[in-house]
Amino acid sequence: MALLTVQNLSLGYDNRTIVADLNFVVNQGDYLCIVGENGSGKSTLMKTLLHLQAPVGGTILTGDGLKKNEIGYLPQQTMVQKDFPASVREIVLSGCQARRGLRPFYSREDKELVEENLKRLHIEDLAKRCYRELSGGQQQRVLLARALCATRKVLLLDEPVSGLDPKVTAEMYEMITQLNREGITIIMITHDIAAAAAYASHILHIGSTVFYGTKKEYLASDLGKFFLKITEGGDAQ
Amino acid sequence: MIGEWFEKLSLYLRFAPVQHALIVGVLIALCAALLGVTLVLKRFSYIGDGLSHVAFGAMSIAAVLNLTHQMWLILPITILSAILLLRTGQNAKIKGDAAIAMISVGALAFGYLLMNIYNTSSNLTGDVCSTLFGSTSILTLRDSDVWLCVILSIIVVIIFILFYNKIFAVTFDEDFAKATGTRANAYNLLIAVVIAVIIVMAMNFVGSLLISALVIFPALSAMRLFRSFKSVTIFSAVLSVICALVGMLISILAGTPVGSTIVAVDAAAFVICFLTGAVKGGIRA
Ligand SMILES: Nc1ncnc2c1ncn2[C@@H]1O[C@H](COP(=O)(O)OP(=O)(O)OP(=O)(O)O)[C@@H](O)[C@H]1O
Ligand SMILES: [Mg+2]
Repeated sequence: MALLTVQNLSLGYDNRTIVADLNFVVNQGDYLCIVGENGSGKSTLMKTLLHLQAPVGGTILTGDGLKKNEIGYLPQQTMVQKDFPASVREIVLSGCQARRGLRPFYSREDKELVEENLKRLHIEDLAKRCYRELSGGQQQRVLLARALCATRKVLLLDEPVSGLDPKVTAEMYEMITQLNREGITIIMITHDIAAAAAYASHILHIGSTVFYGTKKEYLASDLGKFFLKITEGGDAQ
Repeated sequence: MIGEWFEKLSLYLRFAPVQHALIVGVLIALCAALLGVTLVLKRFSYIGDGLSHVAFGAMSIAAVLNLTHQMWLILPITILSAILLLRTGQNAKIKGDAAIAMISVGALAFGYLLMNIYNTSSNLTGDVCSTLFGSTSILTLRDSDVWLCVILSIIVVIIFILFYNKIFAVTFDEDFAKATGTRANAYNLLIAVVIAVIIVMAMNFVGSLLISALVIFPALSAMRLFRSFKSVTIFSAVLSVICALVGMLISILAGTPVGSTIVAVDAAAFVICFLTGAVKGGIRA
């Protein structure tokens, strides 16, 4: 059975539907990119997949014995109060929380995992800093490190490279691909169609027209050709 | 002058009621400060305020019914209200603030009304005043109250330590916690119940109108100076205990009402922390 099977899913707020009738499947090891214009409902879809929000209609089935505490999530925005006192290490460590169940304290392995992920994202020297005093890109990396601590199976990323500089962006894609090769299933929202075309195994395009299929099918479709052309045209200028 | 104070103090400190009051005060201050950080950061402080009024209403019912063990009525009512307030606060469609204001002012009015109609005591204003602003003297605590308070505080502190990491996760980013499988709603409920318990404990001591100050001031002071959750929590607990002790000693020496004296000391500490924070730009911790 697939990790996630989405059937006739409709999304929205207060019964106002934004996207209707989504059907797609995510299998273990897939790299699914979700693309679409601003406001098309990508983040809403991700929140619905995470059960943070009830669907307007349809069903989401989880399979392969996927447990909730095996999911990592990088939100698009985190509403953190202006003067919230929290160090980077405390935040990244909180990614290990769900796996602890009712056990009260973090284990040595958890702490090692945190150090490992801090290094992986080049933020080990920020570990003691206050989260609120970091730049947007640094904050993004902290939250990604937290997401990495939370999962060994599925990673849901809502625009992971927004606010990152080109060098770190390239590293980030490289790293996500590496994680995918290690067997972690990736579901990523992005506006970077070129990156989606380069790395993804499947693409879900939502908006006025909905498309779901493998990358090859997408690139061969009119929708895919059209969007790739706009972005390439944009790059050429 | 100093010697005179010292003599007076050591005389007082030999009294069991004074010792009990100090113990109770320190424990309440500790519990209030521990949960205060979460309360402030989660924007739950309004719940604390609302609950203290509910506790006042419950207390007047208990007084009218002439119960010997008022706690057994006040505690469940306040805990129940905490759960209800949390639910309405989370439901974005009902205006949370308005609902809480309604409940809390309603409870206050209802409590005063009840006391007015049924109270047989000759000193009604005094009774109401001490429920709202705390007893004028801290030596009126009964042994059973002291024991209940000690036991409840120990439970609160143990719960806080055991659930510290979960409280942080749920306070910092509830959505992430929920998405990754932490039972955030259960922990929110736990926080609300613990707050209710602290408020009921503190009501006898500082009075229901001043409880919020005990909860909020130490947390805000600590946030001026420290930048990590752990250091803020520890500092606010230490500060709160010190302020409570200083406040109680002043209250004994100067004969001032204990609740408002402690709050005044807390406020002074906040001003000091605020100024230190502004000068130093915060200690990196
Ligand atoms: N909390 C909310 N309540 C009501 N409507 C909302 C809410 N959040 C988003 N919406 C609406 O839902 C629609 C989809 O929003 P969503 O955030 O899912 O878009 P998105 O595809 O992620 O866009 P972007 O690319 O800008 O991140 C938008 O029209 C938005 O106005
Ligand atoms: Mg979005």
